[in-house]
Amino acid sequence: MMSERIDLRRITSVLRTVPIFPTVVLAIFLVCGVFGGFFVPHDPNDMELNNSLMPPFWEEGGSTSYLLGTDQLGRDMLSRVIGGAGISLQVGFVVVFISGTIGSIFALLSGYLGGWVDVIIMRMADTFLALPYMLIAIAMAAILGPSRNNIILILVIMGWAGYARVLRSEVLRIKEVNFIQLAIVAGCSNVRIMLRHIFPNIVNTLTIMATLQFGSVIIAESSLSFLGLGVPPPHPAWGSMLADGRNHMTNAWWMSVWPGVAILLVVLSCNLLGDWLRVRLDPKFRQL
Amino acid sequence: MQRYIFKRIVQAIFCVVGVTIIVFSLTRLSGDPLSLLLAPDAMQEDVEEMISILGLDEPFHVQYWDFISRAVQGDFGKSLRWKRPCIDIFLEKFPNTLQLAVLSMAWALLVGISVGILSAVKVGTWFDNFGKIFALLGQATPVFWLGIMLMMVFAVNFRWLPTSGMGGIENLIMPSVTLGWVFTASITRLTRSAMLDVLDSEYIKMARIKGVPERFVIIKHAFKNAMIPVVTVASLQFITLLNGTVITETVFNWPGVGRLVVDSIFARDYPMVQTVVLIASCLFVFTNLAVDILYAYIDPRIRYK
Repeated sequence: MMSERIDLRRITSVLRTVPIFPTVVLAIFLVCGVFGGFFVPHDPNDMELNNSLMPPFWEEGGSTSYLLGTDQLGRDMLSRVIGGAGISLQVGFVVVFISGTIGSIFALLSGYLGGWVDVIIMRMADTFLALPYMLIAIAMAAILGPSRNNIILILVIMGWAGYARVLRSEVLRIKEVNFIQLAIVAGCSNVRIMLRHIFPNIVNTLTIMATLQFGSVIIAESSLSFLGLGVPPPHPAWGSMLADGRNHMTNAWWMSVWPGVAILLVVLSCNLLGDWLRVRLDPKFRQL
Repeated sequence: MQRYIFKRIVQAIFCVVGVTIIVFSLTRLSGDPLSLLLAPDAMQEDVEEMISILGLDEPFHVQYWDFISRAVQGDFGKSLRWKRPCIDIFLEKFPNTLQLAVLSMAWALLVGISVGILSAVKVGTWFDNFGKIFALLGQATPVFWLGIMLMMVFAVNFRWLPTSGMGGIENLIMPSVTLGWVFTASITRLTRSAMLDVLDSEYIKMARIKGVPERFVIIKHAFKNAMIPVVTVASLQFITLLNGTVITETVFNWPGVGRLVVDSIFARDYPMVQTVVLIASCLFVFTNLAVDILYAYIDPRIRYK
């Protein structure tokens, strides 16, 4: 009973040190992504050609029913930004989760088992890390065809190697600690040692990497959408919104600004959160 | 030392082979590369001719071996769009990209190192905070958005700079700033932390005790030692600028290799795409190899890993 109360107090004291700005921003975007469909002021795909290219409400010609203005087809910018959050965050989470999982598995196998397994996995990782990310991604996206699942597949393929490399060195470090030797002597199977003893100790690094990679996945996904190789229309995607905005740079500045600001805010918050985590989860403070 | 170099070269060769296999398989990914190259209603003779030209009736490893043995001699096939050898087109466009990349890196190093050093020297002041925010924003900004914003402000609004295309020095400014932006941010962060580490070390304290003027402490002692990790990372990251060129060149219509790839993809000119991706990947691998070997010379501890 006593230890439960202490844990609660420790947890709340940790929570009080969580950085406000990135957490609030990410929470807002998360809510937009998951529940956006319920509170968007308009349907993101609703075209009202009479209202096309309306400026934000504080400029002349704007109206409060289209707070951030409209695009060339009369679609409300605010609704589209909220709708785009859904796609970007979805792709981000799935990619990070899958590539983190694959990377961890390979890292555990490679680091713990060593030998030929290690050599093969690491050579594979080196090869994937040597590929120019963007070039391969756009080539694959063009060949496989633009779709949400293909984007996820491509980004996972390009992403797993980073996890495997870094986590492997963590595994190698942990392998040398006493309790692993004791587990082997006690008769634990390899799988049990990897999952029950080694993996919990690499979770910290994994979390930090995942948080930081989330931002770069969002940028990669929106770059692909910008080139027209991302999630196909009519899904609103921040990248393709920017591509549209580029064609109307001279007469509709708002089309190019809002999606970019959204991307900037999400990635910035991810980086800030990841940095905070890196300090917080430093081995010196392992009581977390 | 010799063993380390040998090991790294063998690793690099494995890498290159793996990379070439992956790149070569890309065009076979969709199952039927012919459907990508010919119209759906192509005539049977055309289909068969295409098959024999591309050698698609041979098994995969035969095709791969043909491709590699010719590529090593410099023959990457003919571009379907321009009907000229791919390698010629690549060599025409590559200097443009190189120009952009070198300028971006120069800009990034200049700004990044200066801001980083000043930030570390004046740690805790408003300048340091400015430097930290600058670096954070820099790493979070999507490249294509920055390009569009710069275009809107400088080209559309103020009309100081041209929006696109290649030409004089004024055409180079916005693309290189855009391309170098993220790089600048990471160099700033790196320089700042390297400088902070170095400024904390014993020999710096010793120099100060001896009475060396502060500016000499920074320039003669701290700067040189802080530069080692910065230069290493910078040279490794240089080649990743290639990734950024794809987007930047598309946004600014710069006639370089990045835009070549994007255009070729949409024109379904797969031999061209294959050529560019292959050469770029090999450049990656060899640059990493060169930097690793160089670093082993500079820092002897590496050789014994």
